Amino acid sequence: MPIIETKDGPLWKRRTLKQSLARLFWWTVGLIVAAIAWKLISDKTHWYFVQSAPKEASDIVSRMMPPDWSYMDKLWLPVWETINIATLGTLIAMLISIPVAFMAARNTTPHPLVRAFALFITVTSRSVNSLIWALILVFILGPGVLAGTIAIGLRSIGGFSKLLYEAIEEINPVQVEAIEATGASRLQQIVYAIVPQVLPTFVGVGVFRWDINVRGSTILGLVGAGGIGLQLSGSINTLAWTQVSMILLVILLTVIISEWISAKVRGAII
Amino acid sequence: MLRLEGLGKRYKTGDDALKSVDLEIPDGQVIALIGPSGAGKSTLIRCINRLVEPTRGKVYLGDLELTSLSSRELRKARRRMGMIFQEYALVERLTVMENVLSGRLGYVGFWQAFLRKFPKDDIREAYRLLDRVGMMHMADKRADELSGGQRQRVGICRALIQHPELLLVDEPTASLDPKTSRQIMRLINELCEERGLAAIINIHDVLLAQMFSQRIVGLKEGVIVYDGPPDGLTPDVLTEIYGEEDWEATIDEVVEDEDEDEAVT
Repeated sequence: MPIIETKDGPLWKRRTLKQSLARLFWWTVGLIVAAIAWKLISDKTHWYFVQSAPKEASDIVSRMMPPDWSYMDKLWLPVWETINIATLGTLIAMLISIPVAFMAARNTTPHPLVRAFALFITVTSRSVNSLIWALILVFILGPGVLAGTIAIGLRSIGGFSKLLYEAIEEINPVQVEAIEATGASRLQQIVYAIVPQVLPTFVGVGVFRWDINVRGSTILGLVGAGGIGLQLSGSINTLAWTQVSMILLVILLTVIISEWISAKVRGAII
Repeated sequence: MLRLEGLGKRYKTGDDALKSVDLEIPDGQVIALIGPSGAGKSTLIRCINRLVEPTRGKVYLGDLELTSLSSRELRKARRRMGMIFQEYALVERLTVMENVLSGRLGYVGFWQAFLRKFPKDDIREAYRLLDRVGMMHMADKRADELSGGQRQRVGICRALIQHPELLLVDEPTASLDPKTSRQIMRLINELCEERGLAAIINIHDVLLAQMFSQRIVGLKEGVIVYDGPPDGLTPDVLTEIYGEEDWEATIDEVVEDEDEDEAVT
C-alpha cells in the first residue's frame, strides 16, 4: 500500500515500511555471508606465495623479453591451422544448426517431441566446453586438426541454434500469414516468409561465432587437437619463454584481426 | 459466389468472436464490412480462407465447401482467394518483384519457388500488374524501401496475380493517410470491376465504406446487424452498430465528399 493518505493529500512512496525492512534485512544477511566467505578464502590462501607474486611476475616477463622473432618461421603453419579449425568448425555448426533451429522454434517445429529433441541437442552441445570435446575427440580420432575442427563445430551448434531459433520465434507472423494465404506449402512459407526475416541474424551470429571460435581454437593444441596451442604448450614445457611471448603476440594479433573482420561483416549486413 | 452458413468462431480463451454469420455474396459484388474494433471483422475474413479455423458453420466458394477440406485441398482453394492486409504484410527483405511473384506460390513447386524460376507468363503478368498500379519503376526495389501507399499497391498485385475470384481485404487503409486511403480504395474497386471480382473489405472508416461499395454489412459482437445499401446507413443504424454517438456530422459529410470527389475526377 504505497499510497499514504495525509492531511495535505496523498503521499506516494516506492515501498511500504514492511518492504523496506525486509530489504534491509536481506542486505545485511548478504553482507555477512560475503564477509564470512572472504575470511574463509583468506585463511586458505598461502600468503607467503602471494607476497612474492610481483617478483615472480616481473621475473617471467623479463625472461620473455625480447620475443624470439625468428621463431615466427615455425608459427605460420599453426596459425593457418588455427584459423582453418575455427572457420570450418563454424561452417559445420551453421549447417547443422539450421535444421536444429527450425525444429526447436515453437512456430516451425513439426511436433513438441521433435522440439524437445532439438533442445536436448542444443543443451548438450553448450554444456561441454570445446576443450573437453577436443579431449574426447582426440581420443577417438587421434590428435590433429580434424579433432579440433569437429570439437569447435560441436561446441558451436548449441549457441548457434539457440540464437537462431529465438530469431525464428520472434519473426513478424503477419508476413507468414500473407504467404500462407496465397496457397503456399509449409516449406515454401519457410523459404519466402521466414528465411528472409532471419537471414541477417543468421549471418550476424555466424560471424560472431567465428570470431569466438578463432579465440577458442588457439588453445585446442593443449590437448593435441591441432593449431597454435600445440606450440604454446611445447614452449611452456621446455621453459622457452621468449618463444612463449612470441606465440602470445601472434595469438593477440590473430584475434584482433578476426575481431576487425567480424565487425566489418556485421556492419555490412545491418 | 461466396456463401457463409452459420459461420462461427470461439477462441480457446472462450471468446465468441463470431457467433452465427449467414452471408451470401454474388459474383463481382464488392461489400464493405464495418463495425467497431473487436466486432469480429478480421476473424470473419480469416475464417473464410481458414487462416483462422472456424469452430462451426460452412463456407461455400462456388460449389466447394471449404471448412471440410484437407490441407492439400485447402491450399488449392486458397489460390482462388486473394488477401490484402492492413500492414501490407509484404516480406520486407524481398524485392517488389519477389513479393508479387510470391502470389504464385500456390501454383509452383518448391524448387521452382526456391530458385525463383517462375514461368514466363507469371513474370509477364507481374509486370503487367505492377504497371497497372503504377509501380513498374519500383520492381527491383526492396519492399522496405517503399512508402505505405506503394507497399499496399504491391500487396494488391500479390493478391491479383493469384487470379482469384474473391478478394479478402483486411483494413486496407488503416495505416494510410486520408488521400492515399482513397486512392487505394479506388484502385481496389476499379480492379474488382475490371476483373469481375467479388470482395469483402473490412474497414472502420464509414465514409470510405459508403463511397466505395455497393453493399454494406455491419457487424457487432460477431453478429450481422445491418445488411443493405450504403445510403441506408442512418444515424439509427450507426447507433445500432457502433453505439450511441452524434452521427449526423458523419453522414452529412458523406454527401459533400461524394460531390467533391466527382467534381475532381
